[in-house]
Amino acid sequence: MTPLLQVESIAKFYGTRIGCSDVSFDLYPGEVMGIVGESGSGKSTLLNCLAGHLTPDRGAVRFDTRADGLRDTITMSEPERRMLGRTDWAFVHQHARDGLRMNVSAGGNVGERLMAVNARHYGDIRAAAIDWLGRVEIAEDRIDDRPTAFSGGMQQRLQIARNLVTGPRLVFMDEPTGGLDVSVQARLLDLLRGLVREMNLSAIIVTHDLAVVRLLADRLMVMKDGHVIETGLTDQVLDDPQHTYTQLLVSSVLQV
Amino acid sequence: MSDYNFAYLDEQTKRMIRRAILKGLAIPGHQVPFASREMPMPYGWGTGGVQVSAAVLTPDDTFKVIDQGADDTTNAVSIRRFFQKTAGVAVTEATTEASVIQTRHRIPEQDLRADQILVYQVPIPEPLRFLEPSEVETRKMHALEEYGLMHVKLYEDISQHGDIATAYAYPVKVEGRYVMDPSPIPKFDNPKLEMAGIQLFGAGREQRIYAIPPYTQVVSLDFDDYPFLPTKADHACDLCGAQDSYLDELIVDDAGGRMFMCSDTDYCTTRRKAGHVGAQGVPYEKDAA
Ligand SMILES: Nc1ncnc2c1ncn2[C@@H]1O[C@H](COP(=O)(O)OP(=O)(O)O)[C@@H](O)[C@H]1O
Ligand SMILES: [Mg+2]
Repeated sequence: MTPLLQVESIAKFYGTRIGCSDVSFDLYPGEVMGIVGESGSGKSTLLNCLAGHLTPDRGAVRFDTRADGLRDTITMSEPERRMLGRTDWAFVHQHARDGLRMNVSAGGNVGERLMAVNARHYGDIRAAAIDWLGRVEIAEDRIDDRPTAFSGGMQQRLQIARNLVTGPRLVFMDEPTGGLDVSVQARLLDLLRGLVREMNLSAIIVTHDLAVVRLLADRLMVMKDGHVIETGLTDQVLDDPQHTYTQLLVSSVLQV
Repeated sequence: MSDYNFAYLDEQTKRMIRRAILKGLAIPGHQVPFASREMPMPYGWGTGGVQVSAAVLTPDDTFKVIDQGADDTTNAVSIRRFFQKTAGVAVTEATTEASVIQTRHRIPEQDLRADQILVYQVPIPEPLRFLEPSEVETRKMHALEEYGLMHVKLYEDISQHGDIATAYAYPVKVEGRYVMDPSPIPKFDNPKLEMAGIQLFGAGREQRIYAIPPYTQVVSLDFDDYPFLPTKADHACDLCGAQDSYLDELIVDDAGGRMFMCSDTDYCTTRRKAGHVGAQGVPYEKDAA
């Protein structure tokens, strides 16, 4: 089976400071990969390199494109990469305001990706927006409200709807539950788990919250100081950590 | 030394502007940056249009200025005087007699010919600005033809007003490629953007020039189920009786009396001279005295 994403020896430096280094892994269709580690361990840097937001200094990120199979997204042209960014890829930011248009209604936010791929029937776009708002538990009568009128949890759910409406084949998420109240986090997590199963999503989820990966991820990568120090099936890594650092992480001795 | 350069601007500057115009004509609808000069009038008065006019005028030209369809507003009069003084060109109020027409907010009702140039004053040249404030990002969107956002604006219109409420500066796609702001003309004028004349757009403060060559395809953006409609007030002109012209509504007395009249004053006058009379109009000779 062809991997959906093939990551090979990715490295990114900020001057002499290491962002992440020597990261390699394959992601297969329908798989959810969790990336955990304390703050500053290089998770976001890695994710942004994979999603084309940052250009890594070394390595290759091959994506199984619909037209030509595995293509290195780092060396492909910018128009091609941006096209992937609004069709086959989705990116859920930690802060919803980074992933939403705050001056556009909820319906417009969800509809944008459809219109970006040439949807030109208002009624259809609106119906899809209503459907997706429902799936993320936002009442239909909020469709014309701007996200500024929404709670943090609702904004995050709207961001998820906006990203999933075009049925992306790969979803990148950076701390999707970060910054939310604990009770709100639980609801969002539950929702995400439902969507992942229902849509058989392939995803890479960065988080410092082990509860998130326990619930969502099939496999886990543990990062420290820009390096991957342990990988494996989620249950295996969390229940029987091999690396001393992972053991500390799992036993919650480390304040992450 | 009391002489002005012909048409105020020095020759180097006019060459620079002409290069931008030629580039604009070569890439229809694409915004070309240019080094906008200080003009002896405030920005809101159409300094972009004035610089474009200055760069295209020749001593043989006949110049007309319209402001919201009228030749006699302060703005129109002062721009016309400016070129009378600095270029010594003939001026006219008759659309058919003009070789260069500078306009704000209207396209003349009379079809333009291949030997005429229409120069628009543009306040905000970037149609994507409303939703994407970043200039770097909008430039990239144009370059990569990423225009989904333009429809988000129309979507917002329909969701808020039940219909596409955008009545002015209605966005268009030029020759199947660039999305362009036609300046704040009423959408009624959009179909006229496909014409025989050359159309040049100048934005002074924003330092952009763009153009539509003759007979270029210009399509107003819309949705399949909300098609573009070039609407106008459902009336005939009360002065000349025209059914097909864009109308201004005028309150005529304290009792709420109102009348509709052509916004294009030359069109209206020409029709009245030819004997057309509207519901509240009087034959032309009588009130001309
Ligand atoms: N834009 C940047 N410029 C310089 N250093 C950065 C930048 N972004 C991140 N870093 C550094 O790179 C390392 C990894 O950061 P990051 O990828 O944000 O980690 P995480 O997401 O795991 O918290 C940290 O040492 C951080 O300080
Ligand atoms: Mg981070």
